[in-house]
Amino acid sequence: MQELAKNTTHTKSKTQLSTMDARWKGTMKTIKKDWQLYSLLLLPVIYLVIFKYGPMFGNIIAFRRFIPGGSIVGEEWVGLYYFKMFLADPTFYHVLQNTLILAFLLLIITFPAPIIFALLLNEVKRKGFKRFVQTTSYLPHFFSIVVVAGMVLELVAVNGTINNIVEFFTGERYSFIQMPEWFRTIFISSDLWQGLGWGAILYLAALTGINNELYEAAWIDGANRWQQTIHVTIPGILPTIVVLLILNIGNFLQVGFEKILLLYNPLNYETADVIATYVYRIGIESASFSYGTAIGLFEAIIGLTLVFGANFISRKITDNSLW
Amino acid sequence: MKESAQYKVFKVFNVIILLLIVYVTLYPFVNIVAQSFSSEANINAGNVTLLPKGFNVETYEVVMSDSMFWINYKNTVLYTVVGTIISLVLSTMIAYPLSKKRLKGRRFWTMFAVFTMFFSGGLIPNYVLIQKLGFGNTIWAIVIPTAISVFNMLIMKTFFENIPEELEEAAIVDGSSTYNTLIKIVLPLSKPILATMMLFYAVTHWNSWFPAFLYFSDKELFPVSIYLRNLIKGAEGTLSSGATSADNLTQISSNIKSVTMVLTVLPILCIYPYIQKYFVSGVMLGSVKG
Repeated sequence: MQELAKNTTHTKSKTQLSTMDARWKGTMKTIKKDWQLYSLLLLPVIYLVIFKYGPMFGNIIAFRRFIPGGSIVGEEWVGLYYFKMFLADPTFYHVLQNTLILAFLLLIITFPAPIIFALLLNEVKRKGFKRFVQTTSYLPHFFSIVVVAGMVLELVAVNGTINNIVEFFTGERYSFIQMPEWFRTIFISSDLWQGLGWGAILYLAALTGINNELYEAAWIDGANRWQQTIHVTIPGILPTIVVLLILNIGNFLQVGFEKILLLYNPLNYETADVIATYVYRIGIESASFSYGTAIGLFEAIIGLTLVFGANFISRKITDNSLW
Repeated sequence: MKESAQYKVFKVFNVIILLLIVYVTLYPFVNIVAQSFSSEANINAGNVTLLPKGFNVETYEVVMSDSMFWINYKNTVLYTVVGTIISLVLSTMIAYPLSKKRLKGRRFWTMFAVFTMFFSGGLIPNYVLIQKLGFGNTIWAIVIPTAISVFNMLIMKTFFENIPEELEEAAIVDGSSTYNTLIKIVLPLSKPILATMMLFYAVTHWNSWFPAFLYFSDKELFPVSIYLRNLIKGAEGTLSSGATSADNLTQISSNIKSVTMVLTVLPILCIYPYIQKYFVSGVMLGSVKG
């Protein structure tokens, strides 16, 4: 269609012999030459427009009253009504606080852990043992989140392994999954368990890329292994750390919502309920589509701001950035 | 380089720490396998750790004789196969043109795709869209919305960019169309990346549960992940009514849950050697692009 339109424009301007004409000829030529490449893009672009940009546009229902079964863009403008609604909703502040605490714990615990793991592995000189540890550590990454949740619930169950240990020391057994004060520990531990090995891959790749001469030079300067780690190894993997940190900050508020949905229950809502699970209950379970969308949009915009902000700051300070 | 005494001590501790990590990594899974072969009484008493106690295969018989389990299991296979094929085709269709440096608008369309990695429509607009399209209770709700992973697309694009241009040019001079060149020349050269992508997508589809949870109400359509999810959540209901009083009920489901988990994970374990090889090389390739 587009090609056809350009074709007719081209014939019209033929008599005018302008530079415009030459430019058109160029454009038309590339399109004519590569129309088969463009035709391949057609279906994927339609996919992106409908399934990725469609829902972005669908966020408009945060500003309109939406009736289930009604128009996809909602019925009438209500402006910031739903935003004012959640700003006055005490539960919103509660789940926001829970989200921030979990996100912060994830950032200070599960982000550095793979770096430390990679550094420890890097000190192993026996190839076979290193490979064995590495291969084993990836395994949990490939388990379905449902299976992971199932395993977690079995481990912390009243008759589970954790309670065997706890009973040995205290003589008592607890139903940890029903105790709000334990939810964060359970959640962070399971995240650590699932992501430790996988998260180390990129660091290990960066570590193999460090020039051996740097270590030798440090050695000649009298640096011991620890000083070499501080002055050679860490600077060597710093670009990788920064890039992954930016990506992590971009996903700051997405605190493993699917796993929380599987692990939480009314008894541990107090600490387990986060923005995403609240949106799910408001939007899907109670069918308050517009209200849920407004909270979801708020979260997405914060996420986007965080990734741009982190990228900007990192470019200024370390010269490393995503783009 | 000579090693100091402290470094030698550190190395011993390092090996101990790493072995501990291996132990903790494997323990939950081994524990589930042990439970799946153990008797109720022994799980009840908290006796099962690494080895089955009161060995039996009855629980496997119970789970495997449930027709719904097999219906759901077959659904998972179907969704994985169909979803992986759709994903592979669409990802190739976008990655190949965008790998061509001469293509006008290449930068724009790449950014168009990459932007969706950082900003997504959110849960509810997605839900409304899928319902409006009439995808509820159909396979399309599972295989279409997640068809293209932009991250995977970037990995594929990088791979295609590294195929020597001359190979394709020779074919084009001979009058081969773009489609023909792609199928006859580029794809046969891209077997490693296609294998990687196939595993990436297949594992994602096999493990997926949330779309089915959102869009399916018909039990006959559930993937096995939802079957398992309902077991887990059902047992939790028993638990909330008082941990010790309902012990018997929770124990039965503990057995059954373990068996279902083992059977769900089994295919992943079977292909794990390939997975870990291809995934690692795929992630490395992706990291080149950042």
